[in-house]
Amino acid sequence: MSRLPITKTPKPYVGGAFIRSESGRVFPVKDAAGNFFANIPQCTRKDLRNAVEAAAKAGPGWAKRTAYNRGQILYRLGEMLEARRAEMIDTLALFGATKSAAAKDVDVSTDRLIYYAGWSDKYEQVLGNVNPVAAPYFNFTVTEPMGVVGVLAPDSPALLGLVSLVAPVIVSGNTVVAHVSEKTPYPAILFGEMLATSDLPGGVVNLLSGFRKELLPTFATHTHLRAISATASADERKTLRLGAAESIKRVKFTDSDIDWFAATAQSPYAIRDTLEFKTTWHPIGA
Amino acid sequence: MLANSPSAALARLFDEVGTVDCVGVEERVAKYTTRSIKKASKVKGLKLAVSMVDLTTLEGKDTPGKVASLCRKALRPHEDPGVPSVAAVCVYPAMVRHARKALGSDTAVRIASVATAFPSGQAPLKTRLAEVKAAVADGADEIDMVINRGAYLAGELAEVQDEIAAVSAARGDATLKVILEVSELETYDNIRAASFLAMRVIREGDFIKTSTGKTSLNATLGNNQVMLEAIRDFYLDTGVAIGMKPAGGIRTAKQSLQFLIAVKETLGDAWLTNERYRFGASALLNDLLRQIETQKTGAYQAPYYFSDAAESY
Amino acid sequence: MATLTTDKKPARSASRANGRPRPELIFGDLWEFDPAPETADPKLKPRYDLFIGGKFVAPASGKYFDSINPANEQKLAELAVGGAADVDAAYQAASKAFESVWGKMPGKERGKYLFRIARLLQDRAREFAVAETMDNGKPIRETRDFDVPMAAAHFFYHGGWADKLDYAAPGRRMAPLGVVAQVIPWNFPLLMLSWKIAPALAAGNCVVIKPATNTPINAVKLAEIFQDAGLPPGVVNVITGPGSTGGLMMAHPSAAKIAFTGSTEVGKVIMRSVAGTEKKMTMELGGKAANIVFDDAPIDQAVEGIVNGIFFNQGQVCCAGSRLLVHESVADLVVSKLKNRLRVLRVGDPLDKNTDVGAIVSRAQLDSIQEYLDIGVKEGAEMWQPPFRRPAKGFFLPPTIFTGVTMSHRIAREEIFGPVLSILTFRTVEEAIEKANNTAYGLSAGVWTDKGSRILKMSTELKAGVVWANTFNKFDPTSPFGGYKESGFGREGGRQGLLDYAKLV
Repeated sequence: MSRLPITKTPKPYVGGAFIRSESGRVFPVKDAAGNFFANIPQCTRKDLRNAVEAAAKAGPGWAKRTAYNRGQILYRLGEMLEARRAEMIDTLALFGATKSAAAKDVDVSTDRLIYYAGWSDKYEQVLGNVNPVAAPYFNFTVTEPMGVVGVLAPDSPALLGLVSLVAPVIVSGNTVVAHVSEKTPYPAILFGEMLATSDLPGGVVNLLSGFRKELLPTFATHTHLRAISATASADERKTLRLGAAESIKRVKFTDSDIDWFAATAQSPYAIRDTLEFKTTWHPIGA
Repeated sequence: MLANSPSAALARLFDEVGTVDCVGVEERVAKYTTRSIKKASKVKGLKLAVSMVDLTTLEGKDTPGKVASLCRKALRPHEDPGVPSVAAVCVYPAMVRHARKALGSDTAVRIASVATAFPSGQAPLKTRLAEVKAAVADGADEIDMVINRGAYLAGELAEVQDEIAAVSAARGDATLKVILEVSELETYDNIRAASFLAMRVIREGDFIKTSTGKTSLNATLGNNQVMLEAIRDFYLDTGVAIGMKPAGGIRTAKQSLQFLIAVKETLGDAWLTNERYRFGASALLNDLLRQIETQKTGAYQAPYYFSDAAESY
Repeated sequence: MATLTTDKKPARSASRANGRPRPELIFGDLWEFDPAPETADPKLKPRYDLFIGGKFVAPASGKYFDSINPANEQKLAELAVGGAADVDAAYQAASKAFESVWGKMPGKERGKYLFRIARLLQDRAREFAVAETMDNGKPIRETRDFDVPMAAAHFFYHGGWADKLDYAAPGRRMAPLGVVAQVIPWNFPLLMLSWKIAPALAAGNCVVIKPATNTPINAVKLAEIFQDAGLPPGVVNVITGPGSTGGLMMAHPSAAKIAFTGSTEVGKVIMRSVAGTEKKMTMELGGKAANIVFDDAPIDQAVEGIVNGIFFNQGQVCCAGSRLLVHESVADLVVSKLKNRLRVLRVGDPLDKNTDVGAIVSRAQLDSIQEYLDIGVKEGAEMWQPPFRRPAKGFFLPPTIFTGVTMSHRIAREEIFGPVLSILTFRTVEEAIEKANNTAYGLSAGVWTDKGSRILKMSTELKAGVVWANTFNKFDPTSPFGGYKESGFGREGGRQGLLDYAKLV
């Protein structure tokens, strides 16, 4: 008789730990062939609340890291993904991607992490500036992270969609609570393991598996989430915008049908979407 | 920084009296320049300014005749009896006795003299004190002294203050005006600090004064403001009222009204008197007279209607 | 070496020699100023129509409303009540102008119109200043020296951007959004017009704008300048009317973007109302700024900054420094200096060149502020106002300060939008930061200290879009303005503000 393999219990990465839902609920996920794959935690609004707490706790420390340090950590995350490339490709393929599509998803995701890693100590120089005011003041505009940002990831591309939304948010010092694809959650759970080994402080990225419909209203109304970056349907957009109105939350939607693999899917302006601009004045005099 | 080093002394003084933001001061005083003084309030202000003038001549070419002429102008600046005499004439020590002769002993116009090796102050203390005593003996009612800026900038604050105290002892009953020479102190921080150094060793009714009029930068609304605020803070802290004399650079009636607005809004009514506020000036007087006449007649006045414009300041 | 003669107690304490009465300053009428009214003609017409498609047109409703002078409660002019048909006509004009002229025009030429507008406004600066003062109640000193020149400066600044958009967003190209809906408040009627219109036009958009109901006059007067400048018809359309007209404007399907300045409450209503659309938004909303004074601050300038922070424009400023946080050790000193400063602020006729504090914009606003004064007193804070002679007519309120305020007081948490300062104390840097940030707002903040590294620390920690260090309430077209948190999003002014009027392609 052949050896019975040990199956992994999928647990999403929240607050630097791998959690089960506080509710104890799970939902089964099948692979592309229709076979039972695993039970995935069905995170609830309370899990979301806890994740926001974790993200808020991690935020100030992460934002205070030097830009150089944040860049190196994102680069390290790229290293982790590269090192487990084969495993990630197999996983994506298991859920229906062709091998070549899966490889492309992983490789572009890795490159995207490296792209944003490189921006960490440069976007400020492109987006901020000194302003020549018409008075004896030194005036400069710098960027600051907004705080805790909610991310709602697309189903596809299963990995690149998530990475493309998360990386530009965290590079500036924001922290993220992300809802991962409901249809294909396992690649994101595997990605969580890479986050855990990448030197990224716990709580900076928090991944929640579960039902979008259940979590979306809380993403919309949680006032401690200062921004939302999401792919969403028209109805979901409306819900998110209505919720955002209650605390003047910033909302950024990305169409799910963009070419995620193209160079145009990445830019410092994606970083800008979750930045605040702060302008400081000081008199010039002795 | 060593606790007893000169730089520590300056730092301690700044710490005690507080610092000044120069852009903020200049924005504050810019508001005085947008005040609009019209009609009766303008005439009142102009006459008040006349009464505060220390009519000054400080030239190498001063003669007894020039000083006598200045004194006549000081006593009766204008034929209009509604125009007051000025507060004082201000002359070099050698000219004090000539001024006294011209003014007589029973006069409302006081004689101020710039003693203490004016304008540099670079003479031995003994010499400076002797000069003060001589000027007082010759009839000076007021002594305008210069502080030792070199010592101040070197952080020898005790020396600066001891010298002021020594002059203060030497001037007898005369009123003392302490010239900070603000252009050499350069910063508002120094001007404020030096104001306190002086105020702590002079008497109620004495003055602090901006400048000698012999350097490139003299009285400005900015340094006037800093010194008024120092006087205010000292007064509210100790109850001792010190006077203020901006000197040099105030040539127009309009400027003088702006300085008076600063007094009105910083120190209040009690300083709107020549016992507590003076203008060290010469050309100013004629412009004040011109503007008073303009207010009276409604016609702008040519300058040559007004006599004896002195040249210095 | 002789010892330095100093007071026994530090000079900055409130100590005084024993036995003397407490010295006081007398701010009396020894030298009172005569009235100095600004006499320039505001050139008001009895009635103003809507400005649509480059022409002044009567509203479809045929109805008009009065704009009154809050300083004497007299009617200034009649303004058109814009309704749905007028709004629709404005969008049609704007869309047509965008598609046929403005959207295609080279930036170089667009910019020239903005420069022209700036110049024409400078030509008529005094006239606009007087009109602004009469319509709003703010002192002529401010409209003449701040509002109008700053409005012209915004047009001039953005005129220069129009042909340089390629440099604003490296790696991307800026494309206009189309027609933008702009709704502005009554506190800076002309300046807000220019903040909104100038960047929108520079980026190639067309505009439908609604001035506040209380202060519509300079918006329609500015339309006269648009005509004189030869601005193509429909590029800017001005719709006057009540708040509901603004609602119609923002709900209109042709509005590609909504730029709103006003209260957080109304901002939320607007955000909800457009939730089902893809309209872009910029929100510039309320504030409850902390103005933080450390014990090493240049105190007199800090006092001046406090005054400028909360009594500028009668405190009707979203970024007003309405919460003074003062280091406990200098609190008494700062308050006593502040009181002396307020004693010489001149409250009264806004058209008098010597007036520092003018009229509150409306009776409703005055009542609302008065209500907060009552709340403050009821909650146990101590209220102080300088001596004040209330004019017989008009909506006036003297500068008011509250001491003994704590973070839980409503006057420390809610935006009062009037000349009312709440004074709180703190002991440490961390406490100051904590108190300053303990608010849903985040528009502006002030910090006063002589220590450079502390300024940068505070500037970093304060959650506010504008930090004034050793100054307050400074504005410039090059300097982005806008808030964190519930003070809104997006910026106005500078390169950052320009980008909010474009899509990047």
